[in-house]
Amino acid sequence: MSEVSYVRTEILPERDPPVIATGLIGWMRENLFSGWFNSALTILSLTFVVMLLDGILPWIFSPTWHATSLGECREILRGMGREGHYPGACWGVIRDRWVQLLFGFYPSELYWRPIMAFLLLGVALAPVLFSDRVPRKLLWFSAVYPFLFPWLLWGGSIWVPLSALAGFVIGWFVFRAADARAGGLAGIVAGVLAALVWWLLLSGYVVQGLDAILPIGIEAVQSRNFGGFMLSVTIGVVAIACSLPIGIVLALGRQSDLLIVKALCVGFIEFIRGVPLITLLFVASTLLNIFMPPGTNFDIILRVIIMATLFASAYMAEVVRGGLAALPQGQYEGADSLGLDYWQAQRLVIMPQALKISIPGIVSTFIGLFKDTTLVSIIGLLDPLGLSNAIRADSDWNGIVWELYGFIALLFFVVCFAMSRYSMYLERKLNTGHR
Amino acid sequence: MATVSEPPKEAFRLSQLIYDTRYRSMTIQIVALVAFLILIGWLISNTAQNLADLGKEPSFRFLGESAGYDINQRLIDYNNQDSHMRAAVVGILNTLLVAILGCATATILGVIIGVARLSKNWLVGRLMTIYVEIFRNVPVLLWIVFIMAILIETLPPPNAFRGDDPDATMKLFDTVAITNRGVYIPDPVFGADAKDEKGEFLEEPVGWRVGLGDFPIGASRDNPACESYYATEGPGAGEPAASCGTFQVSLDLLLVLAVLVSGFYASHRIKRRADRIQEATGLRPVTWYLRLGVVVLPFAITLWALGFYFAYPELRGFNFQGGTHMRNSLIALWLALSLYTAAFIAEIVRAGILAISHGQTEAAAALGLRPKRIMNLVILPQALRVIIPPLISMWLNLTKNSSLAIAVGYMDITGTLMGITLNQTGRELETVLLGMLIYLTISLIISAVMNWYNRSVKLVER
Amino acid sequence: MKKTVFLGALTVAGLAAGAAAAGTLDDVKARGKLNCGVTTGLVGFAAPDANGEWHGFDVAVCRAVAAAVLGDPTAVEFVPTTGKTRFTALGSGEVDMLARNTTWTLSRDVDLKFTFVGINYYDGQGFMVPKALGVSSAKELNGATVCIQTGTTTELNLADFFRKNNISYEPVPIETNAEGQQQYLAGACDTYTTDISGLAATRATFENPADHVVLPEVVSKEPLGPLVRHGDDEWADVTRWTLNALIAAEEMGITSANVKEMASAPGSNPEINRILGTEGNLGEMLGLSADWAVNAISAGGNYGEIFARNIGENTPIGLARGLNAQWTDGGLLYSPPFR
Repeated sequence: MSEVSYVRTEILPERDPPVIATGLIGWMRENLFSGWFNSALTILSLTFVVMLLDGILPWIFSPTWHATSLGECREILRGMGREGHYPGACWGVIRDRWVQLLFGFYPSELYWRPIMAFLLLGVALAPVLFSDRVPRKLLWFSAVYPFLFPWLLWGGSIWVPLSALAGFVIGWFVFRAADARAGGLAGIVAGVLAALVWWLLLSGYVVQGLDAILPIGIEAVQSRNFGGFMLSVTIGVVAIACSLPIGIVLALGRQSDLLIVKALCVGFIEFIRGVPLITLLFVASTLLNIFMPPGTNFDIILRVIIMATLFASAYMAEVVRGGLAALPQGQYEGADSLGLDYWQAQRLVIMPQALKISIPGIVSTFIGLFKDTTLVSIIGLLDPLGLSNAIRADSDWNGIVWELYGFIALLFFVVCFAMSRYSMYLERKLNTGHR
Repeated sequence: MATVSEPPKEAFRLSQLIYDTRYRSMTIQIVALVAFLILIGWLISNTAQNLADLGKEPSFRFLGESAGYDINQRLIDYNNQDSHMRAAVVGILNTLLVAILGCATATILGVIIGVARLSKNWLVGRLMTIYVEIFRNVPVLLWIVFIMAILIETLPPPNAFRGDDPDATMKLFDTVAITNRGVYIPDPVFGADAKDEKGEFLEEPVGWRVGLGDFPIGASRDNPACESYYATEGPGAGEPAASCGTFQVSLDLLLVLAVLVSGFYASHRIKRRADRIQEATGLRPVTWYLRLGVVVLPFAITLWALGFYFAYPELRGFNFQGGTHMRNSLIALWLALSLYTAAFIAEIVRAGILAISHGQTEAAAALGLRPKRIMNLVILPQALRVIIPPLISMWLNLTKNSSLAIAVGYMDITGTLMGITLNQTGRELETVLLGMLIYLTISLIISAVMNWYNRSVKLVER
Repeated sequence: MKKTVFLGALTVAGLAAGAAAAGTLDDVKARGKLNCGVTTGLVGFAAPDANGEWHGFDVAVCRAVAAAVLGDPTAVEFVPTTGKTRFTALGSGEVDMLARNTTWTLSRDVDLKFTFVGINYYDGQGFMVPKALGVSSAKELNGATVCIQTGTTTELNLADFFRKNNISYEPVPIETNAEGQQQYLAGACDTYTTDISGLAATRATFENPADHVVLPEVVSKEPLGPLVRHGDDEWADVTRWTLNALIAAEEMGITSANVKEMASAPGSNPEINRILGTEGNLGEMLGLSADWAVNAISAGGNYGEIFARNIGENTPIGLARGLNAQWTDGGLLYSPPFR
């Protein structure tokens, strides 16, 4: 055979890729300037961003933190030679009022209570939200927390939340006793009845009696003093927490074979979802007292919480229904084949799974409701937006616009963004679990 | 051998109502129904009692009384002597207007942004993500007041257009005025030979292109506003004044629409014929000029014959006059609702596109389609099936959120019926319940129509 | 499970909220707090400061009533109300009285079933325009854009005024005074109309107040006063005479500085003695303590002091007394005799 001399026997050394395909330049070619359309888009976006920042940044960086009135802000800025329509922000208003924007008129010596309530809320939610990282023992705390939360915020005698808790305990024992003798449904009916009797008829006297013997309690705060961001969070949290059980019942009702029950549930859900929240708030502010027996009188924040709860429970029902629908049929059949009755199947098999799938939906319902709490400013409650009007009515700060809106927007953004990130994290986690 | 045994006949016992599954569901239902009726009865009796105590008998008579207040934006004629009822109708129309405008804009924006979020362009993708996060996580009410404040504070007042060397000028060849009171755009007017360039009637028509005018529905000779409608000569003879009749229909517009629709129908027929020929012979006749012609030519001729022209806005007195005035409140509400909802729709669109398996894209690419056509012909049509149901609920949300108009003084149903009418008459129960009923009706109609559409789309696929 | 959040809260509310059925005076005394409806914020009339303390002309009336009934001017819960919610709040018993620049009209008094207990500010609706507009009378406002607060009598007056003068206008409805001010300053409306006191208060906070004028036309009478529910005359009397006591105190020269001293012993003027409870039993007739008026006056001073401190000429708002001067000074304030 002839010698093939033109075939190279050793491998060439690796060469670096061309400069324009690597590093920053390569990345830019790839991601920003691939083709004329993309290049045009990039340049357009860049111009937009630069113009926006150029307009906003000088306004934001304004040394007015210590000003005590809008007039003083204007002085400071004029002293710096900044003139014109928008010489700079007047941050003094935030320094002066940020505490009010957060807590409203809550007594300042009691600020620890809402702070603690919301910190503990995180602790109570942890075993639910991060079920894989937090010991399950904490669930006991989660169960007690719904009674602790209102007590911390509203204060008053310790016996009130304890007696409310006692209602559940009594209901449970009656249920166990009746369940053993007369079967599931009768047990549930008896348990609920016993709890209702306790709450509506007996607990009032018991609380009074206990309070007279052993007055333990913290200073009561009227809900009228709630305001600012705390009010938004309170309405949101309470409404979502209360709407969860109602939503579950409604979702089950909507799925049930019982025609009348189904019609009632569907009617309620569609009615609530068909009207804007603001009309429900009008009902809270103008009509709810008319619907109640003569002489009853809730204060406006409770009325708003009631309507927000009804509103949220309709949406919650749809979320839970989605969770129920996502469960494979085999789960229902499996529960049936084990001989569980309807309520046992729901309690032991269906609901734990359906609720777990529903958590992202519940979180986004909460985000939606939380944002919607700003609507209460329209009926005269002093949430952050309502307070911003009250602050602008102070002659020191009359004429302030952007600083307050910006601050409030930032508050909402931080909270909602964090929650939506969590919900996305959870969705990813649940997805991998199911496929 | 299998024996079929009859269940033992037993006398009906009361306990069967609870323990026998045949009767139990009936028991539960009846108990639920009775409880519900008791609840309703309790609420009604409370309400009746409370209202009697307050001395306010529920009555809808106030709807017929004169409203006494003015509304700036009205799609049908209204003045402060008209009834509360008519004010409410004006409000409903305003609600519908902003809802329709908002839904259209939000959908278009949402689709663009949703697609752009998946763009290969890093900067564009990031910007769109920032947009979505910022708009989704801040309350819509805040956006509405924020955008209103931006419009008011950054745009020039009409005053700035005045003088020899004005601070602001009209845009687009002097046809559009953007002020902080709103945007004034040219107003389409029919009847060039009977009207001057501001849309006012001339003493005598100068030609035959006077248009068909408006037809007042419910006009009567007793109404002084209808005088000119029944007159045979004088300026604007045959034309009803603004408050003549319950509402007025523009005959010109109807004719133009009719011509347009028949043009499209003819065009469709031509296409069908071309399809048939193509199927029969394999050759497709060139029809685009015919199809264009049957739509455009009759349309243009009709417009000309009706004397169509634009009345341009012009600064006179305190404000711009002439042209169509889109008020700031409308624009702020419209923009805010569109931008806010678009952020949600973008997420829906993105999720819909991502739900289409990558194989589809690859298969389309293998067929030699360009990326843009892959998106238009393969991905989007399939994604649509995933997108439509959540999209409907976004539209419903937008419609319901339009009730926040009250924050910027846009006179929708919340502003008129549940706002000023409630304040002036003190009829909380009637106005709020009526308002809720109206919103409920609108919502139910939208979801019924959309669900019907959704079903019809579903049938076509798979 | 979590239903009890609601139940617990409800119980708390049940303890806090009293029934509206009994006499309001007894309710207030039993509760130890006066629930007073005010605006959500109007410069000079009612606004919370950084500590959450409410200040203003209307607020002072609430404090005086609280002082008269309970002896403590701070025993007031201020309930912010909007134009829409104010009447419901009062009607449903959520507040005991409304001191919220509310115009006394026949339909409110009769049809809405309220009782106006007096007038604490005589106002009228006016127009404010920038000087640069060159307008000297409201009748020249043909075709103008008018910013107007909704939910008040103002918009009806406005419609009437323009109809009467047969000129057209474009209303721009706004929710709060702050928004109206913003729109007006930016030129989004040519003129801003509301009560003249509100115009003056708004104008005072402008960067250049001198660039704006309030037109001479006053298109309506706006007698503003506190109001209570219809049918509870006892409570209406208490609020009415507390207001009258403030007015009479100014007439008689009783101030927050000298009221304690004057009340310590009967003086030479029998009417002052009767007001301050050193003579007669007027307080008892009202169902109050003998020193009710002393408390009311020491809460924030007499009418003149309240006026001067909140909206008077030495405040940024700078309102002159005008119609609101004592009748002896040519104004309309005229308290019935304390006898």
